[in-house]
Amino acid sequence: MLTLKHLSKSYVSDKPVLTDINLEIAAQGITAIIGPSGTGKSTLIRCINRLVEPSAGEILFEGEDLAKLSGASLRQARRHIGMVFQEYNLVERLTVMENLLSGRLGYVSSWRAWRRKFPGDDIRKAFELLDLVGLSGFAHRRADALSGGQRQRVGIARAVMQEPKMLLADEPTSSLDPKTSVEIMQLLADVGRARAIPVLINMHDVELAKRFADRIVGMSDGRIVFDGAPGTLSDDVLKQIYGGEAWLQ
Amino acid sequence: MTSTTLGAPDPSSDPSSDPFPRSVWPKIAGVLLAAYVIYACAQMEISWERVEIGLSNAAHFFSRLFPPNFTRWELLVKGLLESLQIAVLASTLGILLALPIGLAAARNLMPAWVTWPARIVIVMARSFHPVIVAILFVKAVGFGALAGILALTVASIGFIGKLFTEAIEEISEKQVEAVRATGAPFASVLWFGVLPQVLPRFIGFATYQLDSNLRNSTMVGIVGAGGIGGTLFAAFQRFDYDYVCAILLSIIALIMLGELLATAVRAIFIDNATLRDFFRRGASTRERHLEDD
Repeated sequence: MLTLKHLSKSYVSDKPVLTDINLEIAAQGITAIIGPSGTGKSTLIRCINRLVEPSAGEILFEGEDLAKLSGASLRQARRHIGMVFQEYNLVERLTVMENLLSGRLGYVSSWRAWRRKFPGDDIRKAFELLDLVGLSGFAHRRADALSGGQRQRVGIARAVMQEPKMLLADEPTSSLDPKTSVEIMQLLADVGRARAIPVLINMHDVELAKRFADRIVGMSDGRIVFDGAPGTLSDDVLKQIYGGEAWLQ
Repeated sequence: MTSTTLGAPDPSSDPSSDPFPRSVWPKIAGVLLAAYVIYACAQMEISWERVEIGLSNAAHFFSRLFPPNFTRWELLVKGLLESLQIAVLASTLGILLALPIGLAAARNLMPAWVTWPARIVIVMARSFHPVIVAILFVKAVGFGALAGILALTVASIGFIGKLFTEAIEEISEKQVEAVRATGAPFASVLWFGVLPQVLPRFIGFATYQLDSNLRNSTMVGIVGAGGIGGTLFAAFQRFDYDYVCAILLSIIALIMLGELLATAVRAIFIDNATLRDFFRRGASTRERHLEDD
């Protein structure tokens, strides 16, 4: 489904953030990327939908190299990749409904978007999704009136509005309390399974990753240092990923 | 690592050292400014006698202002209406032009070859006081309201264009990034990611500009660019000070009306307030709330 080949990124030359990343993501299942802060997890995920320009390497998505796309073909590819953000990244002054429908902007002309003339099917789907994420009745609330957990639910619903073939999530629970974090992870997992699409999640919380992921990728210093099932993530591996050992006791 | 740094005392943590080290430069600057003020007064021959002459003259002038004379009210109303028209037309035209120019000048959305020309247009529009621009337009298109409208349009482009550009450059990139990630075309990113973030501030600038144009439109008439200013200037030259007073009072009323209108527009657009809320809760509290937003 998604294959990264020799992907590298440096914002400043000679200071690589990502070095030679090779990763294959299957057509289904939840993959968690763990690793210390500043190790390039967010950069990796943003390279996939080209919010960040990779310096070198290939991003093969359904056989097409996303790294080579630009303009309209890049936008077409982005439509198929839903993204969920750490700080939700909702458009604060728009309503929940408008935020959800912004997931359809890749399919609707700017002129229709300007006049808020979205197809009836999109609007119907948006209301269904609001029910699904437990926010029925919130359609006309402004995004800045919601709590963190509610905002992330809107963020997930917006990504699902795209009818994505893959979901990316960049630290989706880092700004949330433990209980809400579990609920959000559960929602992401449910959405991925129900639509039979792969979900790629960056996270800090190792326990949460073990609990929800089918596969864990460990990164350290811009490289992949571990790749395996959650059961095989031993203390030795964690030491290798995060360094030190005092925090494990 | 911690044990070594804790061991050796840092010289700056010596308890006898001055806790508020001050620079001498502000003092020197203050002395220099005072010296220049005294020098400038001497140069311009502003003495106490000069002030006394001025004050007695002023007393005479102010006594002749009252009571205001409204007998030529038709001329007054005609001038005020023309000023109002100049202000509204110049604001509308200026806002419409400032929107695309301000957007083009935003460095976070546009490439350098677009932002530079747009920035130059804005700087040029801001370079001159509206009176100077009005004189230029009077020479170019002739006496009358057209010159005033064009002059204030230029001023509006400069002011709104600059502030709008700054507002766009300060938006949250995160919201834009999320809309971009959906595969939205550039125009849709603007409608859904950028515009909602800047619209409230833009309406604030626009109403402020309308307010300012209303004030300036009463003045461009002095140089022959239409509006009540021409009437005012003529009254001054004929020493019709009681009529001058009537004009000045009318201008104050017009400006206050404009200010009230501007505040109402802001409350309605930015805070989704209804007219009833506005009159009930008062404008000042709403405005402060917006500043915090």
